Amino acid sequence: MPSGYFDCRDSFSHTLEALAEADERIVTVVSDSVGSSKLVNFGKRFPRRQINVGIAEQTVVAVGAGLANGGKVPFVSAASCFLTGRALEQIKADIAYSNVNVKLIGQSSGIAYGELGPTHHSIEDMAWLRLLTNLTIIVPADPWQTEAAIRAAAAHDGPVFVRVSRMPVPALERTNPRFEIGKAETLVEGEDLTIIANGTMVHRAVAAARGLAVEGISARVVNMATMAPLDEAAILASAATGAIVTVEEHNVRGGLGGAVAEFVSTHHPVPMRILGFDGFQPTGTVESLMELAGLTVEGITRAARQVLLKKVQ
Amino acid sequence: MVYEAQLGHPGGDFSSADLLASLYFGVLRFDPKVPNDPRRDRFVMSKGHCTGAFYSALAGAGFFSEDLLDTYMQPMSRLNGHPNRNYLPGVETNTGPLGHGLPVAVGIAIAGQIDGADFRTFVLTGDGEQQEGSNWEAGLTAGHRRLENLTMIIDRNRLQQGARTEDTAGLDPLDDKWRAFGWQVEIIDGHDCQQIYDVLSASPKGRGKPLCVIANTVKGKGVSFMNDNVAWHHGVPNQEQYEQAMRELV
Repeated sequence: MPSGYFDCRDSFSHTLEALAEADERIVTVVSDSVGSSKLVNFGKRFPRRQINVGIAEQTVVAVGAGLANGGKVPFVSAASCFLTGRALEQIKADIAYSNVNVKLIGQSSGIAYGELGPTHHSIEDMAWLRLLTNLTIIVPADPWQTEAAIRAAAAHDGPVFVRVSRMPVPALERTNPRFEIGKAETLVEGEDLTIIANGTMVHRAVAAARGLAVEGISARVVNMATMAPLDEAAILASAATGAIVTVEEHNVRGGLGGAVAEFVSTHHPVPMRILGFDGFQPTGTVESLMELAGLTVEGITRAARQVLLKKVQ
Repeated sequence: MVYEAQLGHPGGDFSSADLLASLYFGVLRFDPKVPNDPRRDRFVMSKGHCTGAFYSALAGAGFFSEDLLDTYMQPMSRLNGHPNRNYLPGVETNTGPLGHGLPVAVGIAIAGQIDGADFRTFVLTGDGEQQEGSNWEAGLTAGHRRLENLTMIIDRNRLQQGARTEDTAGLDPLDDKWRAFGWQVEIIDGHDCQQIYDVLSASPKGRGKPLCVIANTVKGKGVSFMNDNVAWHHGVPNQEQYEQAMRELV
């Protein structure tokens, strides 16, 4: 890991241990996903409060629902690709439709498994989940926001999905660090266009905005850490800049870009560019796949220039 | 209810009616005025399509007024075709898709096991529903964790939606399968209320494993033209059939 970069799974597990110390209702539920969730230490400290159901995603989610019925606050943690794809109906019926107090942690989301291929990439999860009524979805951007998201999830009475990456990210600079479910944060002020990003893409969006500023382009950067419920006021304010680029470690269809486009097209239509992955990805390192999709500082910068050409003056 | 709604699953309602009656009027400990009491016994209706029988049992047990049954599946009714815990007290989890009840019940039983709590957890599944793999995932965990506070009742009417279970994806020997998963298995007549009561009310303390009760039942029990007839998985009687059914049931 490069210096100054962090694995957000560490923030997740350290925060959860601290919360569990103070609240004995908190339990972890895993499907042979202890190590990959960084929950080895949690299991050592609270052995009776770590339930490993084996390689069984349908059960890991449903057991979470049952534990909530029994008064626990379960954190169900597994690789996002399997947790969401394999157990989607359990997430729909047992968690979201039943509206129970379960926290789902989708680990190693996005493209982070690189060379392991599309079976292990989780770039469809946001499209599958954001349609489910009652389910709050958070995509934290850095270690500080991961801790804030886990604390907010624990404090929220209802189902929450937190999308956690294993891809190292730097800590973002903030003048006013504050996290609230459903509220986006503006990291860079700007007037000419808005870049809306979340998760691992936020620091790249900030770097792109800094570069654009040198060219005389004033780009706002909004970190849309909550995917559901969407911060519609922040999207309206973004549309008021006249052009939007969305950036996500997800399929270009059905994710952050789709959510923003749905809202903008019916409330304040402006030109948009949606950056993400166009379907199943070929074999490649994480960074090579990012480059292919234009999910780099250069790619975001290029998309910003392109969308400005379409902006109605 | 099915006649009024012109919708429903009467075959499975009738095969599970004696099981539900024995549970709600004998076995389960609950106070309908405090439906979320943490000490209550839990009952999970995994065969969520059999709401005709399930809602009747909940109303009879006092969770809501029997008048509400007249709204069964009417527009905006709280009595949806499949049960919703946010609409009705006494419903523990929303079911409908098959194979969802046992895994949730396993989670409830684990919560009780962690706390050393006294409550018991019961789940009623259809027999065709046993074809869902999620049951076997959850059953493995229940056996592994020796959840003696958990009881699964299988409504073994031998018919699923389209045909006999044994002509579709055969389940027998179902008892051996569950024993191999670490469960104690009892086979009873699912229409003999004394047998049902005796096997379900026996204390689980010291059993050291979850209990599977295979209740042999008859789909459409009590109505001659529905008896063991696959055509009545879902179906609505016409007026003449309705009157005949009511005569036979009384």
